[in-house]
Amino acid sequence: MTLFIILAVLTVVSSLLVIFQRNVVHSAVALVAALFFIAVLFLTLDAPMIGILQVLVYAGAIMVLFLFVIMLLNPAALEPRQIPWWTLGSAAALLLVFLLMPALLNTVAPRQAAPAGPGFGSPELLGQTLFGSFVLPFEIASVLLLVAIIGAVVLAKKES
Amino acid sequence: MMIDIGIIAAKAFLVLFMVLNLAGVLGWIERKGSALIQDRIGANRASIFGFAGMGLVNTLIADPIKFLTKEDFIPPKGDRFLHTLAPCLALFPALVTFAVIPFGDVLVVAGREIVLQVANVNIGILYIFAMASLSVYGIVIGAWASNNKFSLLGGVRGAAQMVSYEIAMGLSVLGVLMIFGTLELQEIVRAQGGLLGGWLPAWGIFLQPVAFLLFFTAAVAETKRIPFDLPEGESELVAGYHVEYSGAKFLMFFTGEFAEIVTAGALVTTLFFGGWQVPYLMRDGFHLPWGGTLLLPHLVVVLLQVGAFAVKVIFFCWVQILLRWTLPRFRYDQVMRLGWKMLLPVALLNVVVTAVWIVLGERASLRP
Amino acid sequence: MAPLNYYLVLSAVIFAIGVAGVIVRRNVIVILMSVELMLNAVNLTFLAFARSFGSMDGQVIVFFVMTVAAAEAVVGLAIIIALFRHRRSLDPREMQLLKW
Repeated sequence: MTLFIILAVLTVVSSLLVIFQRNVVHSAVALVAALFFIAVLFLTLDAPMIGILQVLVYAGAIMVLFLFVIMLLNPAALEPRQIPWWTLGSAAALLLVFLLMPALLNTVAPRQAAPAGPGFGSPELLGQTLFGSFVLPFEIASVLLLVAIIGAVVLAKKES
Repeated sequence: MMIDIGIIAAKAFLVLFMVLNLAGVLGWIERKGSALIQDRIGANRASIFGFAGMGLVNTLIADPIKFLTKEDFIPPKGDRFLHTLAPCLALFPALVTFAVIPFGDVLVVAGREIVLQVANVNIGILYIFAMASLSVYGIVIGAWASNNKFSLLGGVRGAAQMVSYEIAMGLSVLGVLMIFGTLELQEIVRAQGGLLGGWLPAWGIFLQPVAFLLFFTAAVAETKRIPFDLPEGESELVAGYHVEYSGAKFLMFFTGEFAEIVTAGALVTTLFFGGWQVPYLMRDGFHLPWGGTLLLPHLVVVLLQVGAFAVKVIFFCWVQILLRWTLPRFRYDQVMRLGWKMLLPVALLNVVVTAVWIVLGERASLRP
Repeated sequence: MAPLNYYLVLSAVIFAIGVAGVIVRRNVIVILMSVELMLNAVNLTFLAFARSFGSMDGQVIVFFVMTVAAAEAVVGLAIIIALFRHRRSLDPREMQLLKW
């Protein structure tokens, strides 16, 4: 419980920093921190495999790609703050939270914190589920990744 | 409860102590070793009352004092906060990976079984890859925060190189994981205690020789040392991503690099060279395949295992230093071609071949 | 483990921060990063439900979300690089050739 509160505060603060930092690199570093804290939250939910994958895929690959592109393009100027948009954005976000809040607070877990079975969240069980009832989506996901690779190469390649 | 926490803390402290000191000693080995290779004398000036100790005083006492008392220069137009954060990010992943590497079997003291590994996680090898993937940030962020064109170039090179070789490294380990059927490093080492055909130790290198070559190449590329030191490349980028670093911060980058060498050595040992296994040494002593038996007390067995692990790790550290001082640097397009067009396809092929091999029923006779 | 509702509320807050980021920022890269934040908030919900139902399906879905997020980030960043080559800017307001 204490652990959850600490992690929640850290996650929210670093997510806010992503938005409030005017420098792109600072935003990216804050996002890495946020993703890392979310990965630890995953660990508290008995999902060690997914938590490690989060660090490996998000922090280790996707965010490096972001930083790589930022450094490649190297946009120099700081972004100006525009008050009307900031008001609109904060209003939308607050409205969203307040509309969702009652529903979320009234959600009753079917078996409140049921004791996780042995091996819950382990690589073995994840693999069995993935290659059992989710084989077709898994294969489609691999095709999706292939399409993304080819698409990215075609898009980013210089026209000769 | 308190004793358990104390044991874990003691193990963590011991491992950290050993790794940091080994990293320091490697600095000495590198300077003296390079001198040996290049037919020079090497570090020999600093001495205490005339005692230079083969350059040990120079590299282990004088150098750190020099680093720690130097001015800490931050570029005026650089980013103060990120410039300070980057060396920490470079050192952190290299040190935490050691938490899951087993350095011995079980030590029994007063009826209490102590597994000689800081944390036994069921996804050990993935944890190592996750932490290793974080080590890119030290370079990228440090390079950007320096506000220097040379470091920026070094940072971009480093990011691309490390992400590319991570893929080849992950795929090469896949074959080993398929053979042993687990992600736990302690289990992988235990499985390597068996014998192939009655006499050959079932080490990873004999089961997955191709994976070893791929993994070792990728691991050297991940440590960013010659022949893969493009992010630093003195003759092209002055010193690459750490051009603007001095004093204690530079020392942290430097220690991080040596800690990465130790990590790479320990991983190669654990996955391919039996970790703490000594050939034919069981829990109660030596059982030679041709019939001899030599029973040993428990403590001697454990000490032999830990010693074997240390010797293997130091050997692979030395191999890496030897590589650094004998090979020329790649060109950048060659680095990328090697990673994507050679290592990656071979690693994929290795996975397919291993899978076919396992399915064809060889498993029964070869799986230890 | 903290009660399910706590996780849901936290994930709603992170999601809302992501939404605000998409609206207020004037840099395509940061907008893309805010989208990543929203995806992660949803992942957190999936895992919280997976834990309280004691079912692995939620974790598998998160696995797929990560795959899609990786593909999305790669293609998105490639588009950004292509755009930057033509316009020398990362400001979404300058990308208005199709605006009516």
